[in-house]
Amino acid sequence: MSAEPNPPMARSKKRQPRDDEPRRPRGRRAPIVELNDVTKVYAGGHMALDRVSLAIGRGEFVFLVGPTGCGKSTLIKMLIRELATTEGTVKIAGRDIGALPEKKIPQLRRNIGTVFQDFKLLPDRTVYDNVAYALQVIGASRAEIREQVPQTLRLVGLSTKLHSYPDQLSGGEQQRVSIARAFVNHPPLLLADEPSGNLDPVTSIGVMQLLYRINKTGTTVLVVTHDREMVDNMQRRVVELYEGRVVRDEVSGGYTEESTTEFGLRMRAEMGVGHQGEGQSNGHGQDALI
Amino acid sequence: MSRLIFFLQEAIRALRRNAAPSLAAIITTVVTVVLLGVLIPIFQTAQAKSDQVRGELNFQVALYADATHAEIVSLEKELKAIPHVDSVELITKSQALKELKETLGADKSKELTSQLNENPLPASFKIIPDDAANLAGIRAAIIPTGPNGKPQPISSIIDKIFDRQDESSKIAQVTSALKIVLTVITVLLILASLMLVSNTIRLSIYTRRREVEVMRLVGATRWFIRWPFMIEGVVVGFTGGLVAILILWLGKITIVDPLSNTFSFLAAQNNSTLNFPAMIAILFAAAVLVSTIGSGVTLRRFLKV
Repeated sequence: MSAEPNPPMARSKKRQPRDDEPRRPRGRRAPIVELNDVTKVYAGGHMALDRVSLAIGRGEFVFLVGPTGCGKSTLIKMLIRELATTEGTVKIAGRDIGALPEKKIPQLRRNIGTVFQDFKLLPDRTVYDNVAYALQVIGASRAEIREQVPQTLRLVGLSTKLHSYPDQLSGGEQQRVSIARAFVNHPPLLLADEPSGNLDPVTSIGVMQLLYRINKTGTTVLVVTHDREMVDNMQRRVVELYEGRVVRDEVSGGYTEESTTEFGLRMRAEMGVGHQGEGQSNGHGQDALI
Repeated sequence: MSRLIFFLQEAIRALRRNAAPSLAAIITTVVTVVLLGVLIPIFQTAQAKSDQVRGELNFQVALYADATHAEIVSLEKELKAIPHVDSVELITKSQALKELKETLGADKSKELTSQLNENPLPASFKIIPDDAANLAGIRAAIIPTGPNGKPQPISSIIDKIFDRQDESSKIAQVTSALKIVLTVITVLLILASLMLVSNTIRLSIYTRRREVEVMRLVGATRWFIRWPFMIEGVVVGFTGGLVAILILWLGKITIVDPLSNTFSFLAAQNNSTLNFPAMIAILFAAAVLVSTIGSGVTLRRFLKV
């Protein structure tokens, strides 16, 4: 998970692996994300994840769906070790990150771009500086920063807003800055926690297209979303969580699969088969593919 | 090197963008340092004066005129052996007269000596205790109560003890109380200053805790985040300390120095007990250190993500 799977996107000179980057076993085909029987119980006793096992290969584009409170965000937080597992192992590129010493956590996070639902931009920095920060953190040279940052901002379509502050941008623009920051050092893995959660449909299409383009460069992308239309249209791998368990994992699917979803079953029983309003924002409805 | 420049830039950016909390921290530092800079010398002077008064407390043991040299020498040894006696000084008859003349001044002493055929003053030992509180104990050791209930001096050549017993004990009590009070107030003042400065710093960092969290999530190491905050602390402490010292210095040359020519109290302070440059250096270093370490320590809580 260091500089190895550098995507073709990196038109500039490639970043050399630094000496202080952790040596990892080069299991060539080790999946980039691998969860084995991961369980997370919060302090209050609430079980957020229940023996979740999941593998995501390099270069995949995966949707993680499910109703609110099903453990999606918990899963994302575990991948960047914002949270520790209660049981089970989380492996990133073949390395058990639960065994990672505290000191190595920043290393892990530098190799995983993360896009947050609430953007998490630094309010006292311009768009340019926000994106540059991700490079400054890894000790990139000034020349690299001057080259990479404008290039990435051009990719997300914000070339004209370099010197704006986050509070001067629209939600969609802020989310694109957040994506640019996550992608600027071309990490092998990009996580997006409800990237379109706060955005209108048109803007969220733009955001999703952007993630798609990033995926095309070779970066593995994991998107948590409620946006059923998006999931249905893109026909990518879909992993569905329900009450902390994986209830569906399809190579190419829509937002919900009626036959396998417990929730779907319950909804059918309660509401009769068929018509769910598109407006059901959490997508608790039936499969739009039917 | 480029790292250092980056951290400096980060610190300056943070100071500019968070002008209000930064200014609050600087002003707090200024006020605290000025307060300490004014009160510590005052306390020090009071302390020194009270020490001086206590140091001057003593009494004299007058000797009979017929005491032989051998007797005087052996008594001096005995007196020196008494616990808490700091020094014993023999004042001969002629020395006593000389001192008296000096005290009276040239005119009066001439008048006095012209009327005297011989020196009426006795020889005596001047006894200085190690601490004023021990005066009474030493007295009792020199003239213990004999078996018949009457005072029985330890040597037959001792005539009597001259002192101002009442005044001495009062001064001893007051000054020792003063010492305790001043020490307590100084300690409290320093504690209060530390808390005030560290609280202000904590507040200014607390307003930016979200930012620190974001930095952690983007993969910044702890020290990468901490350095700019520490540098900020240095800048705040440095600026605050500098302004405070300027104020103190102005106060010294405009108020204290002119007065010290007229008041011996202030003169004593400036010349002996108080070393102005040393105090300034210590206060300045303390301001910078407290503000820097305060920033680093406060940040710990928010770096745990």
